[in-house]
Amino acid sequence: MKIHLHIWRQESPDKKGRMESYDLDGVEPDMSFLEMMDVLNEKLTGEGQSPVAFDHDCREGVCGACSMVINGQAHGPKATTTTCQLYMRHFKDGAEIYIEPFRSGAFPVLRDLMVDRSAFDRIIQAGGYISNHSGPKPDPNSIPIEPAVQESSLDAASCIGCGACVAACPNGSAMLFTSAKVSHLGMLPQGQPERFERVASMVDQMEEEGFGSCRNYAECEAQCPKGISIAFIGRMNADYLKSKLIEPVDGRGKMHAQ
Amino acid sequence: MLTLDAKLPHGPIEDMWTNHKDQLRLVGPNNRHKYKVLVIGSGLAGASAAASMGAMGYRVECFCFQDSPRRAHSIAAQGGINASKNYRNDGDSTWRLFTDTQKGGDFRAREENVYRLAELSTAIIDQCVAQGVPFAREYGGKLANRSFGGVLVERTFYCRGETGQQLLLGAYSALEEQIAKKTVKMHTRTELLDYVIVDGNVRGIITRDLVTGKLERHSADAVVLASGGYGNVFYLSTNAKGCNVTANFRAYRRGAGFANPCFTQIHPTSIPASGEYQSKLTLMSESLRNDGRIWVPRDPDEKRAPTDIPEAERYYYLEERYPRFGNLVPRDVAARNAKDVCDQGLGVGPTGYGVYLDFGTAIEEKGAEAVKSKYSNLFEMYERITDDDPVKTPMRIYPAVHYTMGGLWVDYNLMTTIPGLYAAGESNFADHGANRLGASSLMQCLADGYFVVPVTIGDYLSRQTPGEIDINHDQFAEVEQDCRDNLNRLLTINGTRSSQDFHRELGKIMWEHCGISRNKDSLEEGLRKIPELRDQFWSDLKLPGEASELNQSLEHAGRVADFLDFGELMCQDALARDESCGCHLREEYQTEENEAQRNDEDFAFVSVFEYKGEGVKPELNKEPLEFKAFPLATRNYKS
Repeated sequence: MKIHLHIWRQESPDKKGRMESYDLDGVEPDMSFLEMMDVLNEKLTGEGQSPVAFDHDCREGVCGACSMVINGQAHGPKATTTTCQLYMRHFKDGAEIYIEPFRSGAFPVLRDLMVDRSAFDRIIQAGGYISNHSGPKPDPNSIPIEPAVQESSLDAASCIGCGACVAACPNGSAMLFTSAKVSHLGMLPQGQPERFERVASMVDQMEEEGFGSCRNYAECEAQCPKGISIAFIGRMNADYLKSKLIEPVDGRGKMHAQ
Repeated sequence: MLTLDAKLPHGPIEDMWTNHKDQLRLVGPNNRHKYKVLVIGSGLAGASAAASMGAMGYRVECFCFQDSPRRAHSIAAQGGINASKNYRNDGDSTWRLFTDTQKGGDFRAREENVYRLAELSTAIIDQCVAQGVPFAREYGGKLANRSFGGVLVERTFYCRGETGQQLLLGAYSALEEQIAKKTVKMHTRTELLDYVIVDGNVRGIITRDLVTGKLERHSADAVVLASGGYGNVFYLSTNAKGCNVTANFRAYRRGAGFANPCFTQIHPTSIPASGEYQSKLTLMSESLRNDGRIWVPRDPDEKRAPTDIPEAERYYYLEERYPRFGNLVPRDVAARNAKDVCDQGLGVGPTGYGVYLDFGTAIEEKGAEAVKSKYSNLFEMYERITDDDPVKTPMRIYPAVHYTMGGLWVDYNLMTTIPGLYAAGESNFADHGANRLGASSLMQCLADGYFVVPVTIGDYLSRQTPGEIDINHDQFAEVEQDCRDNLNRLLTINGTRSSQDFHRELGKIMWEHCGISRNKDSLEEGLRKIPELRDQFWSDLKLPGEASELNQSLEHAGRVADFLDFGELMCQDALARDESCGCHLREEYQTEENEAQRNDEDFAFVSVFEYKGEGVKPELNKEPLEFKAFPLATRNYKS
């Protein structure tokens, strides 16, 4: 296969970027998309040009590192598929392929196709955990959990934190990511003590990071490589509302010295 | 000569860990913030250690090369995590998990460490559930279990096929909690380049900021290495692309003993490479061998589609060679035979390195729907990658490097031979001997990170004056200069071949000479080829860009440079271990059924290599293994 690539090139966060075009010959249909990028980079290196920087690691669709907008879609044309699991057979010989980074004001470009997604980590820091020390804990079977609840919690926890939802959303909203994290813990009995404080502070942090608002386009669900449902957004909104309606409890930070 | 004192506690094995903890010196809560501990790696071992120590009050800094600690390769583990909860009432116990692990490791692990691992296994499940890890539940809401290879009980806990992801998200959330509480400082996109050793003790590290290229000094009272395994020395493996040996290897060069480097686990059923451009391999669960029949065409010139090849012209080599066990021979036997038939030119697929795994017979007997539903996610994964439907045409599979049992030598406290430097998870050698059982790697990482290192490190720290050495010490300047020189050396070769190209060639050498099976001649040949390749690397490497910018080629070249040295160490170890054990099969030593034949008389020891300088042969030290609690026995999965 021969393909025509148009790739976003940007040397550093403060430099201006541009689209550059490259023709690549000898592409095999059984190559993964990232292997095609490897071949391109080998070629560029050989020609003394600078290879294209992109994030990748596990290359089996679970680490969430890869992050390319391919022909206008986060992770490319195939549903519930990360960039690393996309294959060149999904493209036609002679195809024009446009590759851009995950774009959002909250994901600054570091170089070429690499973006800074540390905003997601900060949303988790705002409350995406159950407070714990390491040490003896109750036996798990002392708190039975309905399998349907566990399954639903796991559906939410399957989010790989790649940021495709943000890249897909016309508003650059991170509601799908945040709601998946909120719901994973909020549905489990272990997550109840901090449930409302958690949702309130995670949503506040999400807004502080500069992500846009949700307008129910549902592009996030359509382009999510793990098929996370927007039903979790509804669930988060309900919990967020409750967190504002209920009498504020003394959070840990406000506990009185005894 | 290294001093290999394992610092084993006294008393019966059942009481050792408890007694040991009672004897350890502690650091009081009011003093912990004075001590700075660096954790290298943010996978299951690193994240759990950093979070646990942060919560205790130590000043922790954690480093990972990925953009977020949640991306560490632990996330890709599929199957599950073992714990001897005995929820199924099927006779499981700490003792059984201990002996299963020892037998599985073919008696090349230190039994006291293994017993402790089994003892801690149940607390790990409790800890993870408290964090919100959504393990599979039964209808009544209790935890579900499944069975894994090499054992007779159901003790594996799981979250669909994404157990590693959920456990890592648990550890990651605990880590993020501590980051929010400012007890842990996280350095993402940061790579360790070297260690600063002052008067024999580790006192800090030099890192490179992968975004700006800046070299940075970090002083510390102790360092915990949790940087994973080195399977990528083979270039193609099931490891993530970024996995590397650098943090481990540079510790070795600074004086840490490296134990059993040649112990590599090779998984028999992965999706084969489809061409030269192949960048990594994806595992398919071994459970497929329950219904799949493995074969290759008898005729090396066969051109027909597999479904058009009549029964008589198919070579069901496992069924013919091992009539009693057929397609269910142990992992290592299945892997070796696949390589053997492919080396004879009978392999299938575009590269000739693949064999068929055929579900035709099972489909005829049970119906396509039944077979499909049993393996649905695996069939789907296979089809996604290869575009072939395993119901219509046989799968193609081939063995792949999956896990490395070797690692830095550690004592019972998980401290390496460098005082103050600890190693946890896959980066140490301690628990899996010559072969790891399924669902045991996650268990070991979390036992080390949540429960062992946070306790044992206090004993060392309590004997240190906190913050004694700061980053203005001469040694920091010296090591930083070494790192800078090393980077410049790589960038100024100005040759013609990329680091990828060298890595790929090294991988082929390792696979050919130190792979599924090894023999003296072939290892010696490997030991001739690797230095040649290394010389070419240092004279003909082409590296674009500069050190002062985001430069992924430079990161990779540095890792390949270490792999080139490390590959040689692996071959030296494999050559010195003149026996077969677990995954280390020396062709000279095998039973009639092609199983590994141990030589306990001469080789019941841990091989610990000591760095002696550039171009000098490392010294082999031995830690004798004693089997007091559970005596030696021959590995036997057949009767």
